[in-house]
Amino acid sequence: MAVLITKETKIICQGFTGAQGTFHSERAIAYNTNLVGGVTPDKGGMTHLDLPVFNTIAEAKKVTNCNASGVFVPPPFAADAILEGVEAELDLIVCITDGIPTSDMQRVRREMKGSKTRLVGPNCPGVLTPGVGKIGIIPGHICKPGRIGVVSRSGTLSYESAVQTSELGQSTIIGIGGDPVNGTNFVDALELFLDDPDTDGIVLIGEIGGTAEVDGADFIKSWGKKISKPVAGFVAGAAAPKGKKLGHAGAIVSSGDETADAKKEALKSAGVIVAETITTIGDAMIKAMEKK
Amino acid sequence: MDIHEYQAKQLISKFGVQVPVGEVIYQPHEAVTVASWLNEDDVVVKCQIHAGGRGRAGGIKICKGQEEIIAEVDRMIGMKLVTPQTGPEGKIVSRVYIEKAYNIKSELYFCITIDRETGGNTIIASKRGGVNIEEVAEKSPQDIFKVKLGPGNKLLPHHARTISYELGLKGKIARAAQKNFIALYEAFTNLDSSLLEVNPFVVTDKEEVVAVDCKASFDDNALYRQRQVAEMKDDNEYDPLELEAARHDLNYVKLDGDIGLMVNGAGLSMATMDIIKFYGGKAANFMDVAGAATPERVAAAFKLIYRDKDVEGILINIFGGMMRCNDIAQGLVNAAKDVGLNKPLVVRLEGTNVEMGMEILKSSGFPITPVPTMDQAAREIVQLVKKK
Repeated sequence: MAVLITKETKIICQGFTGAQGTFHSERAIAYNTNLVGGVTPDKGGMTHLDLPVFNTIAEAKKVTNCNASGVFVPPPFAADAILEGVEAELDLIVCITDGIPTSDMQRVRREMKGSKTRLVGPNCPGVLTPGVGKIGIIPGHICKPGRIGVVSRSGTLSYESAVQTSELGQSTIIGIGGDPVNGTNFVDALELFLDDPDTDGIVLIGEIGGTAEVDGADFIKSWGKKISKPVAGFVAGAAAPKGKKLGHAGAIVSSGDETADAKKEALKSAGVIVAETITTIGDAMIKAMEKK
Repeated sequence: MDIHEYQAKQLISKFGVQVPVGEVIYQPHEAVTVASWLNEDDVVVKCQIHAGGRGRAGGIKICKGQEEIIAEVDRMIGMKLVTPQTGPEGKIVSRVYIEKAYNIKSELYFCITIDRETGGNTIIASKRGGVNIEEVAEKSPQDIFKVKLGPGNKLLPHHARTISYELGLKGKIARAAQKNFIALYEAFTNLDSSLLEVNPFVVTDKEEVVAVDCKASFDDNALYRQRQVAEMKDDNEYDPLELEAARHDLNYVKLDGDIGLMVNGAGLSMATMDIIKFYGGKAANFMDVAGAATPERVAAAFKLIYRDKDVEGILINIFGGMMRCNDIAQGLVNAAKDVGLNKPLVVRLEGTNVEMGMEILKSSGFPITPVPTMDQAAREIVQLVKKK
């Protein structure tokens, strides 16, 4: 089963014929992903990578019955691309694009109120269910089928976590992205993994900035004894100075609650086993599973 | 991106926020002209640097008459201003702002910032302006008033009224404040700002409400459509290495340690700083070779780090999902040749053709230590730098 991407998910790529869209679609196809086509305005009717190209998502949906998309559209046009998918009532939109203006994402957040579509990202590595398929840029060969759910703000740290947990294997890896205003958050991802019968343990990788990790910790605290899964965590940025933006638009400490230490404390108080370095996250997961 | 106080005031005044008249100068002799056209009894002379705490550090002075103004400007231009926010090295003052001073009855705090939790914006206001707001929040949280606006919502007249009443304002003053609040919010949303902080808005003896200081930050991702803001960037405010990195599209932030870092990915870069700290070392920089770590980019990034005089050793941590490690290794060895590498370099590569990559590094003849894991890489570089 896993979450977000299963064998039933029919995926299209937005920005399909561009350099990024092409490169990563090739890899998705090589990973046996159920990619059914792509969208590039004005290129409808073409065939690309042996798949049909459509002008709009509505058209793609009519023909392919797709229910998910990966967005590889450049930043100035990405918010519009997301909203096109929302209007077409896709179940899942994964936006990989990095560099979308925050006010555009605020508009997306407003427009998505009450919609049934789930957005993952932007500025994220995507979603991958080992052995089933992927949307985004997570390299398939480093992931192994298994029963650990991984959720991470950082792309490269989700890769590192996949490697560190390769003994256990992963049910699904979700990169929620490093932007200040985004779609799926830790709480949403934790909820998905908690409800997933194929996930036994959860790895949560956070970083400085914002309070999403603390919200995640509060959510874990609310779990009853009966419905609960072991969680291991890591928060990047313990060595980060205050007020400096480190790579991700959202990775900046502007107040005391946003430091790595404050977030680690919050997670620990919720019973999460916190790894002090990313290289011990696999051990932390094993420890958390033994504790339960 | 941050801008100077005087630039922020120029921008917000276009939206109708009331600011004092004034002018920026770069040379002491320009003070004479400004002082005469301003023709005010009292003026404020202010050092323009991107850091708060200027007042207490001697970077803001009230002056009477031309002579005083000229003497003060003469003292300020070229001086090194050290405030709690500049760090001990301080900042050289190259611009000074001269503006009209007011008779102040009270001071207010007003700030707009992005609310990551709701995806909207938050307004923070206080009747205790002119002081460090973090101290107010800590010592008397009851004096802090917040309004959360949903994503895409405007600041409406009723919000502005509520805020003005919460700040204890009445009548004409309250109306003037409301007008300023709405105008400032317009500026915030129209300019893709991420922070607009007016500390303080002063209430004058003539019952005006005037923004006498303003701190502004803008969304880097939106600068492509905010030309007017983008042009205000002052390169003097940035580390020269940071500027060069930006030209190469590298995410680089100078830090105060001695281990140079080059990593792909922002999260992995932070985690690498952390693990170095964990083993007792200190990173000289944050560096995310954003995008694809091609041999050319890796070489450019490496040379940049190598130029930093504080760097005693370098750690490279590349998790190449898809690129070939032998290419990256070759790029590194070429860069090592170009700079004549004589500082310890520890390299961890992950990806395809790892063995070939390792072999290229080992047989290069340079002091390069290839290691298989991130943990080992961090321990190794910390030891090598300590030995030096």
